[in-house]
Amino acid sequence: MSDGKASERTYLRDGPDLTGAPLHDKLLATWQDRPGFWGWAGSVDHKSIGRRYLVTAFVFLSLGGVLALLMRSQLASSNLHLLGPDRYNQIFTMHGTTMMFLFAVPVMDAMAIYLVPLMVGTRNLAFPRLNAFSWWMYVAGGSMLWIAFVLNVGPDAGWFSYVPLAGPEFSPGKRVDFWAQMVTFTEVAALAVAVSITATILKGRAPGMTLARTPLFVWAMLVVSLMVIFSMPAIALASAMLMADRMVGTQFFNSYEYGDSLLWQHMFWFFGHPEVYIIFLPATGFVSEIVQTFTGRQVFGHTAVVLSLVATGLLAFGLWVHHMFATGLPRMGYAFYTAASMAVSVPSGIQIFCWLATIWTGRPRFTLPMLWVVAFIVTFVLGGLTGVMLASVPVDLQVHDTFFVVAHFHYVLIGGAVFPLLGAITYWFPKFTGRMMNERVGRIAFWIAVPAFHLTFFPMHFLGIMGMPRRVYTYPGGMGWDTLNLVASIGAFVFAAGVVVFIGNVLWSARNGEPAGDDPWGAPGLEWATTSPPQPYNFPHQPVVLDATPLWNPERAVARGLRVEDREVVLTTVFEARPDLREPSPVPTLWPMIAAAATTVLFVSSIFAPWAVVIGSVPVAIALIAWFWPKDRSHEGEPVVD
Amino acid sequence: MASAPPTIQDFSLDLAPLETHAFGHRSLTWWGIVAFFLIEGTAFALAIAAYFFLMDKDSAWPPPPFAPPDLLAGTLFTILILLSEIPNTLVKWAAEAYDLPRVRRLLVFIGLIGAVLMVLRAFEFNSLNVLWHQNAYGSVVWMLLVLHTTHILTDWIDTLVLAALMFTPHGTEGRRFVDCSENAVYWRFVWLLWLPIYVLIYWLPRLVN
Repeated sequence: MSDGKASERTYLRDGPDLTGAPLHDKLLATWQDRPGFWGWAGSVDHKSIGRRYLVTAFVFLSLGGVLALLMRSQLASSNLHLLGPDRYNQIFTMHGTTMMFLFAVPVMDAMAIYLVPLMVGTRNLAFPRLNAFSWWMYVAGGSMLWIAFVLNVGPDAGWFSYVPLAGPEFSPGKRVDFWAQMVTFTEVAALAVAVSITATILKGRAPGMTLARTPLFVWAMLVVSLMVIFSMPAIALASAMLMADRMVGTQFFNSYEYGDSLLWQHMFWFFGHPEVYIIFLPATGFVSEIVQTFTGRQVFGHTAVVLSLVATGLLAFGLWVHHMFATGLPRMGYAFYTAASMAVSVPSGIQIFCWLATIWTGRPRFTLPMLWVVAFIVTFVLGGLTGVMLASVPVDLQVHDTFFVVAHFHYVLIGGAVFPLLGAITYWFPKFTGRMMNERVGRIAFWIAVPAFHLTFFPMHFLGIMGMPRRVYTYPGGMGWDTLNLVASIGAFVFAAGVVVFIGNVLWSARNGEPAGDDPWGAPGLEWATTSPPQPYNFPHQPVVLDATPLWNPERAVARGLRVEDREVVLTTVFEARPDLREPSPVPTLWPMIAAAATTVLFVSSIFAPWAVVIGSVPVAIALIAWFWPKDRSHEGEPVVD
Repeated sequence: MASAPPTIQDFSLDLAPLETHAFGHRSLTWWGIVAFFLIEGTAFALAIAAYFFLMDKDSAWPPPPFAPPDLLAGTLFTILILLSEIPNTLVKWAAEAYDLPRVRRLLVFIGLIGAVLMVLRAFEFNSLNVLWHQNAYGSVVWMLLVLHTTHILTDWIDTLVLAALMFTPHGTEGRRFVDCSENAVYWRFVWLLWLPIYVLIYWLPRLVN
């Protein structure tokens, strides 16, 4: 129907007659960003945005890391007064907030934004302008929080901002408002990415890439994106309620006016617990990809791993109350949430056994990415075990709010997510930059960071059992805590040195590393089927997938017939990935940036005046309308009614 | 495992004959809209959960001396938004039949209905018999109404913009008809979500006491 008129006009299409250098020139002209700042600012290329997301996340990691070192300096010995209590409160709040909202979630988004379109074999993300918008929102929110902190208006009620402490009565001033509004920024950003990734995975997979043949990292990101969609509205709503209580006098959390402070905890953890898996599941995706490549075989129990990802995603929504064991719950609530918390260790266990079986039955090569995987398995299992301990109510009540909990979640978050991330960066670095990371320096970084991590956090288990509470700015001597704290502080500085060596290696290798070629590891995924780094159009011809490990298959196929003078992608069916439509892919534009700027004005000014929400929405609406209004008919064409 | 050089570079699949747009779940727009349904639906579900959580903590609902909201404005709003589904379904059918003149007329008509709905909504705020800062009951009732107002305002403006767009030459493109069809789906979501909120705001405070 639609091609009735279109057939009168002929479009240039790829195929055996248009391939190689002439095709490259045409596609480059179509897909390349304009040079200069405005070309960069208007880019909708997922690789450009993924790269800047990654760099931004590591900037925030560094900032959060400096705060950690400040805290460890303060706690190295008893009765130190490097930092006062007020500054310390801001620092531990900023550390947690930065690491969770501005590093952990965005860095996983960054990897997915860069890799998912390449792994599923398409030219760009679905909704690429939404993706561009998300980066601007993320940067604006993170910058706002850090500027406030530098101006001594940093949040100081902890990264989960419990009321009544964070409410209007006990936290006057604007500190908590900046925290709540930073949450709004990052939720908008994360939701935008989640929508983009979900649609790309469901509709943008290469012809032949059935769900069963979809790479495990892509599966992980599908589950994670759906988890973001179902969990982030909770914190967006909760932080709006908190701001309303603080700004316009609503009574949601005020028990004197029939409100309830536990409502905050429920809403926060309904988001906060899935958040942990939103950070952890992408990392399991990295591990699956790395293990597959370096054992030379498909991951053992591919289906079991996929089902484990889905099961973790579902169970993650049934555990939030285990963060609230100390609030006094009905006995049935204790039993249910203990059982659910223990149950979630089962799918994680299944994944670990599948990786071990893959290594056992494959031919493992212990390259640097694999070393990080081994460090991950060891560290994460330790963190997982303390998690099972904490699921038990009597244990939880004893160690609640102590350093035992601090040790536990650093084991699962650093061991479970950061170690695989560093492995993943080493693994995909050749694809990002066209060069290999220096193996020797990488091993040095590894052997500094991993033992130092355990030196830092293992003693915290004992500190917690010995009763040292978290979030105290100092402690008296004679408690028996001095030595273990000193060990942890030394470990923290050595760990930071390891991370610095890693980042130094990244910076050095990006310029001076050995040239990598398309597929330096002999990996099977589609992302290795194109050049390193990929061209703006990703693949010269649309790849067609014949099995789950396409590059290990001696037979390869590509499709013909996509338009080359306009941005066009193929859409496939959800389950079978049968080719279904050719849809135009949006061209670069500055409107997402302008819309983000207008939204930033709205969000920041609403911290100071509630009416800014109403007035500020006018420029936002104008920017969004201008964004969606079609500007150039030549890019779309193929009309049906004239 | 180093891969052997590929033996076949096969071009047998030709994508050129594929259509360039489609309605419903075949289009990317539909998936984007469904994702936003899920996001907004979750937000509303949690707001409703918060309503019940607060109601459960309270001995009376609304707490005395407050009276339940007056019914007139909210009920008129509900009747009109339910009736709006008739032109909404018609515009969806017209879009899927590529009937541009009919799409234009119906979009303008729905835009007018939206304007009347916005006026009724303003009266609703005036009939709640409680202010947002008086107690948690007032806060949560206002939250539900503000959330839904944001929702309907967004889709109303969206409909107006789409109506304007369909009067320009862009309106002749196949993909714009998909937009009209998906906008109609979105409108359904807006009124469907309203029904439980209507019950919570206007009827539950009457029924529990």
